[in-house]
Amino acid sequence: MTDTTESTTAPTMHLQARAADAFLPDEPRGILQVENVDVYYGSFRAVTDVNLKFGLNEITALIGPSGCGKSTLLRSLNRMNDLVDGARVEGKVLFQGEDMYGPKVDPIEVRRRIGMVFQKPNPFPKSIYDNIAYGPRVTGMRVSNMDDLVEEALTKAALWNEVKDKLKQSAYGLSGGQQQRLCIARTIAVKPDVILMDEPCSALDPIATTRIEDLMHDLRNDYTIVIVTHNMQQAARVADRTAFFTALADEGTGDRTGVLVEYGKTTQIFEHPVDQRTEDYISGRFG
Amino acid sequence: MSTIGSTIAGTIRPERPLASGRNGERRPLSLIFLMLLWLSLLIAFGVLVTLVITIIIDGQGQFSWRLFTEFPASDPDRAGARPAILGSAWVIGTTAVMTIPLGVAAAVHLEEFADKKNWFNRMIELNVQNLAAVPSIVYGLLALAFLTMLGVRDKNIVIAGALALSLLILPVIIISTREALRAVPQEIRQGSLALGATQWQTTWRQTLPSAVPGIATGSILALSRALGEAAPLLVLGALVFVSFDPNGLLSGYTTLPIQIFNWTGRPQEGFHQLAAATSVVLLGLLVIMNGLAITIRNRYQKRW
Repeated sequence: MTDTTESTTAPTMHLQARAADAFLPDEPRGILQVENVDVYYGSFRAVTDVNLKFGLNEITALIGPSGCGKSTLLRSLNRMNDLVDGARVEGKVLFQGEDMYGPKVDPIEVRRRIGMVFQKPNPFPKSIYDNIAYGPRVTGMRVSNMDDLVEEALTKAALWNEVKDKLKQSAYGLSGGQQQRLCIARTIAVKPDVILMDEPCSALDPIATTRIEDLMHDLRNDYTIVIVTHNMQQAARVADRTAFFTALADEGTGDRTGVLVEYGKTTQIFEHPVDQRTEDYISGRFG
Repeated sequence: MSTIGSTIAGTIRPERPLASGRNGERRPLSLIFLMLLWLSLLIAFGVLVTLVITIIIDGQGQFSWRLFTEFPASDPDRAGARPAILGSAWVIGTTAVMTIPLGVAAAVHLEEFADKKNWFNRMIELNVQNLAAVPSIVYGLLALAFLTMLGVRDKNIVIAGALALSLLILPVIIISTREALRAVPQEIRQGSLALGATQWQTTWRQTLPSAVPGIATGSILALSRALGEAAPLLVLGALVFVSFDPNGLLSGYTTLPIQIFNWTGRPQEGFHQLAAATSVVLLGLLVIMNGLAITIRNRYQKRW
């Protein structure tokens, strides 16, 4: 009862963080860890010296103004940046204790274990069924019954009831929000350990956004999720922990590079930020 | 500050009523420009229509099924273009089989796998574009030199003609395939790679199937260009009078453009009419092929 009165009387700019972090350990149980990471595009350093630990079965949000390198960092967590000409990562990205940029590591296997959902829904120009079955097929998963796997993935992505009667129809007939859930289902189907989400709701309307956010809560039981978002309310609503990044100008060259300012539980970041820049950003005075 | 015409930073918008009776779209300059555009269209279209009507009128005396069933003869009223039609089919078919896989493979490499910053790849790219503009007879000479080098004595065979035409349309097919691949959004490739697919799987199972309509359209248009070519085949000594059906890759042959060329050079009026009628057949074939290309494009066009 007191809770509800509190939230209704809270000032408008105040962001209500999720209240469920009583069970959240103070230190994340790291499944994915970033140590002294710099990301370069050619000679341009987009991200500088980031240290972060992403907790198992937690949702971690990366927030910050445009150009602070959060998407770049996200893409270096499953070696998607390998595909960009001239991109390179210095430092260590450890997945289950193993450096994923080590010389013997197969980037294909990294991407299978660490899936990614993109900003714009990007279903394949195939049927809904084939969109899901594609990943298991190309990664050589031994699937006893593909129909069951497709149903399981779509159910987990909260899409099964809407599409079960039209599995053979083109994925392009779905709405934007449904397409994005299909992309999440497609990612789940290859049974990854981590799901990276790059502003997954920025192309969606508020109702579709709410559905994706609810879905993220459900998925947290099975997966570790890292999400980049421009929407601070979204970070406050979904994330267990939040990392705030900003862009600093190099004193010599004037090039801007992304740095990690503050990382902690979402409640702490939004209610008692330690760094002045974090406070300015979340209270809307900057960025 | 009361009206729209008020000054903003020193500029003044002239005050003019909405209903001035003038129409900005009908100013003299606009009208002249519009008329020039219409004139260009009219000239281009007029020439084409005149050409088609002329050959139809010229050839109407010789229009009959005989054109498709009979061999050339010394009497224009008994002659037909059967071997030329079959010869064109053989040469174009062989060209398609030789060129499309090669051209598509080259384009896939350049577009999906090659390092675009590498100077060597960039040089190849530039050269492919230049080769598309080389006159067809040069390819005939190239094929001639190549076959002579190999020691082939009879160069007037189907496979030799197909070789020359392949060289001619290979750059066109490479370019149109690259365009088709480039039209497949990057998000599709990224989505596939993010699931743990290899670059090869992504190309083979996502990018290439999505590009098939574009590739088909480009290939058909390239083949229809090859269908109309006579020069490179004449350089290779293609026969002008064939009284047998071509029956294989090593068979002698003639094609429609060569047959037309031959008949046009005869003194008898009847052969000129025959040439006109055969031109209509060739035009018909080209229209069908281009129509097919357009149908494929419209039908399977992806709306991303």
